[in-house]
Amino acid sequence: MNIHEYQAKALFEKFGVAAPKGTTATTPEGFITALAALPEGPTMVKSQIHAGGRGKGTFTNGYKGGVKFCKTKAEALDIAGKMLGHTLVTAQTGPAGRKVQTIYFTVASDIKKEYYLAILLDRASSKPVIVASTEGGMDIEAVAHDTPEKLFKVLVDPAYGLADFQVRDLITRLGLAGAEAKNAAKLIRNLYTMFWETDAAMLEVNPLITTPTGDVLALDAKVSFDSNALYRHPEIVALRDLNEEDPKEIEASKFSLSYIALDGNIACLVNGAGLAMSTMDIIQHFGGTPANFLDVGGGASKDQVIAAFKIILGDPNVKGILVNIFGGIMDCNVIATGIVEAVKEVGLKLPLVVRLEGNNVAAGKATLAASGLALVSGDTMADAAQKIVKLVA
Amino acid sequence: MAILITPTTKIIVQGITGDFGGRHAKLSLDYGTQVAAGVTPGKGGQFFEHAGHKVPIFNSVADAAKATGATVSVIFVPPPFAGDAILECVDAGLDLAVAITEGIPVRDMVRVKRAMQGSKTRLLGPNCPGVVTPGTGKDSHGGCRIGIAPGYIHKKGHVGVVSRSGTLTYEAVFQLTSKNIGQTTCVGIGGDPVNGTSHLDVIKLFNADPETHGIIMIGEIGGNAEVEAARWIRANCTKPVAGFIAGATAPAGRRMGHAGAIVGGAEDTAAAKIAVFKECGIEVAITPSDMADALLRAAKAKGVTLS
Repeated sequence: MNIHEYQAKALFEKFGVAAPKGTTATTPEGFITALAALPEGPTMVKSQIHAGGRGKGTFTNGYKGGVKFCKTKAEALDIAGKMLGHTLVTAQTGPAGRKVQTIYFTVASDIKKEYYLAILLDRASSKPVIVASTEGGMDIEAVAHDTPEKLFKVLVDPAYGLADFQVRDLITRLGLAGAEAKNAAKLIRNLYTMFWETDAAMLEVNPLITTPTGDVLALDAKVSFDSNALYRHPEIVALRDLNEEDPKEIEASKFSLSYIALDGNIACLVNGAGLAMSTMDIIQHFGGTPANFLDVGGGASKDQVIAAFKIILGDPNVKGILVNIFGGIMDCNVIATGIVEAVKEVGLKLPLVVRLEGNNVAAGKATLAASGLALVSGDTMADAAQKIVKLVA
Repeated sequence: MAILITPTTKIIVQGITGDFGGRHAKLSLDYGTQVAAGVTPGKGGQFFEHAGHKVPIFNSVADAAKATGATVSVIFVPPPFAGDAILECVDAGLDLAVAITEGIPVRDMVRVKRAMQGSKTRLLGPNCPGVVTPGTGKDSHGGCRIGIAPGYIHKKGHVGVVSRSGTLTYEAVFQLTSKNIGQTTCVGIGGDPVNGTSHLDVIKLFNADPETHGIIMIGEIGGNAEVEAARWIRANCTKPVAGFIAGATAPAGRRMGHAGAIVGGAEDTAAAKIAVFKECGIEVAITPSDMADALLRAAKAKGVTLS
């Protein structure tokens, strides 16, 4: 689960991670109050959407830049009005963009130097890893690729936690000394505590900055949490912003369906994540384009299948549907009955190819054949994929 | 010999009185698996009865193992308690813990994995379909079925299957059995980012098992476990290996059902993994329908008989 920058900064404050003072507003009237709480002087105006690349984004009204530096608060007030309520398109939002519903104002800090700092899971070692670099404000993947010697990693032993010598080591490698070193050590320790205690999936501070007065501040914040651990963090669940999520994905989650919208025209409905991914792949292999990822889980009950069809049909790009079910434990006839009822209930008019395999498959196929529905049966995944690609072509 | 488990392996079911655990305990009993004990705290002394079987229930894994001699446990307990259930298997000194539970917090698994270092217990999963060593009876009856895989699709034979995904494993096994090619053991290692046994661990076991003549390795986008296994295969494995990677069409940064199936960088895309497979002499299945055929091509090239 992702949260907004301003929410992340509030958590930073709670855990003692220093950041520039900031305030938010969701209405033009709110701008005045929000700005009044900040000191006079240079101010940042930051559009709050979950996607990255905000600074280089463009609003659909033509205004360029979702993050702006302003010399005065008066200028910030004017700029905020150009962002709030408008749709920002960035490299990560897709062409539809996201509507900016919150503006975050912060004190614009004096920057001495920019760094990079992140904490995430290192899968290879199954341990948290702290990643830091002297190359802040840049695309970190590019740094890792072009100048790996400028990227420092520390693996944290979960049995002991972050050790002092590891913090000293990181700070030395970042070239920090004196007050900067002391402030950076505190920030790194507190950020790690936050990572561990909130079940974060990733904390990224890019850039982390030093100031001429020796302060070390988190200028930006990108934070996401482990969805599996949300049950023990109601305070984090409360930060969820449904405006940032695809309504079809929200609907799917109500029925324990795992759905992700893509931009193709062949919808798929599959049981199991691996099989669902490879169903998308095989559609593409035979020249089609998948409209979604949809895993109905191991069981695939009738209610789930009906909900899945409704969600799929909510996507106007969909021109055909491929159902691929490997009924291992579940009776294929029960699944077939569910499909028939679902198709009748939603009044499906699009081409539908069904590939059923597994337990009691003969009865399942007979049920489909006897339904009178205009569906096509596929024998193997390859056969079914070729058929649906041909039908929508 | 199969790997990890044989038809005589005695197993414990943690969470046997729950709906999910109970249903699959029954299916394992029907398959002929030696379900020796169940564990549900507070229900010790009761019995789990099914079709003439009377399985004793214990309060703890240690009690169950001591009373029955079981060496393997399968975990069906809900996510908040699953990490603890795994550690209980370690404490009881079991050989193998198979965690079926989906949705265990990553932090719990990070701690559990660290705590398991140096212990004799191997972990399969979590979020996995389990492991099956097929038997010699009708529809492979008489084998050891641990977890949630459909037993009847298997056939005893000489191919090892290892996969992160459940239904994709069934797909591969079904293709093999349909072509009259049997399996030694089929292992699901799970779709989570932090898991116990890796692709490489299982590949090493298959390589050392004289009964296994060929291997199918099924992977996904995310992480570098398949790449690590592929490089080891190139250097050490003489058996034919076929590979498949799911997720070629998955967009970067989106979690594809499995918590571990997410493209983070250039190295963990399907294309990158497939390129490494080819480089390491693994026969790549072009589509999921091609997995058994890919292994047949690899076996033919090496002059190995699979059946």
